[in-house]
Amino acid sequence: MDYTTEFTPWLSLGGGVLIGISATLLMALHGRIAGMTGILTGIIPPVSADWPWRIAFLAGAILAPLVFVTSGGSVPFSVPPSTTLLAIGGAIVGVGVYFGSGCTSGHGVCGMARLSPRSIVATIVFMIATFITVYVTRHMMGL
Amino acid sequence: MIKLLSSLIIGGIFGLGIAISGMANPAKVLNFFDLFGTWDPSLIFVMGGALVTAAIGYRIVFGVQSKPLFEPSFLVPTSRDIDKRLVIGSAVFGMGWGIAGFCPGGAIPALGLGHSETVVFVVAMAVGIVAARLANTAMVKSATA
Repeated sequence: MDYTTEFTPWLSLGGGVLIGISATLLMALHGRIAGMTGILTGIIPPVSADWPWRIAFLAGAILAPLVFVTSGGSVPFSVPPSTTLLAIGGAIVGVGVYFGSGCTSGHGVCGMARLSPRSIVATIVFMIATFITVYVTRHMMGL
Repeated sequence: MIKLLSSLIIGGIFGLGIAISGMANPAKVLNFFDLFGTWDPSLIFVMGGALVTAAIGYRIVFGVQSKPLFEPSFLVPTSRDIDKRLVIGSAVFGMGWGIAGFCPGGAIPALGLGHSETVVFVVAMAVGIVAARLANTAMVKSATA
């Protein structure tokens, strides 16, 4: 199967800047880290007392791409892994981000931006682990 | 109400950024890590753009504000311990990210694109979080018993 994707430096940079603006605004207005793991964990039972802003943030995060594509924007999307692998990968991600206290947004963007030593270590570890996993699954196991 | 509207809009900026950057596309994410295959370096620009913007933004926020607009204080993690949980958890997360191509921040906005694969991933991830939380509670109980 052809997994090639188009190199999109400007769109990716623009999207990244929007993520950074969102993180800045969430800190300036709500005093919170824009980490998806932390925001999401607070609405999974037992639910945090401050669930309303979390639901609003998640609703916005889902609605914006929906509005973007329904108003004519195009977002390329393809999933090389099988459904079984997606489910297995999803469960592993859930366990990992819970114990690691964060993911790409929380550690990789917000934590790194504040030079948090924990986030710097977490980001280095998960980037290396992902790289090794992709190498093993694609080039050694042929998945 | 204004707080919820603000959070909705800030979430919207996040989701739009994820969608146009390519982070909501597992094929693109996996290609970033596939240095010896179909490599696509785009994600360096996502991470770089987000990190530099947030670093400048946070400097300004913490420099000029003594508290956030809608809340009494900033809620920022203060722990500096590099413990086993952090390192092993992050390694496990990377393994799952490499298998599926979705991370939490990429998958939630991807739900808005309306593909069934995203739902499979998000449900499995929620199950993983619940299982980890239950395991953690059991571990804490047995450690203090």
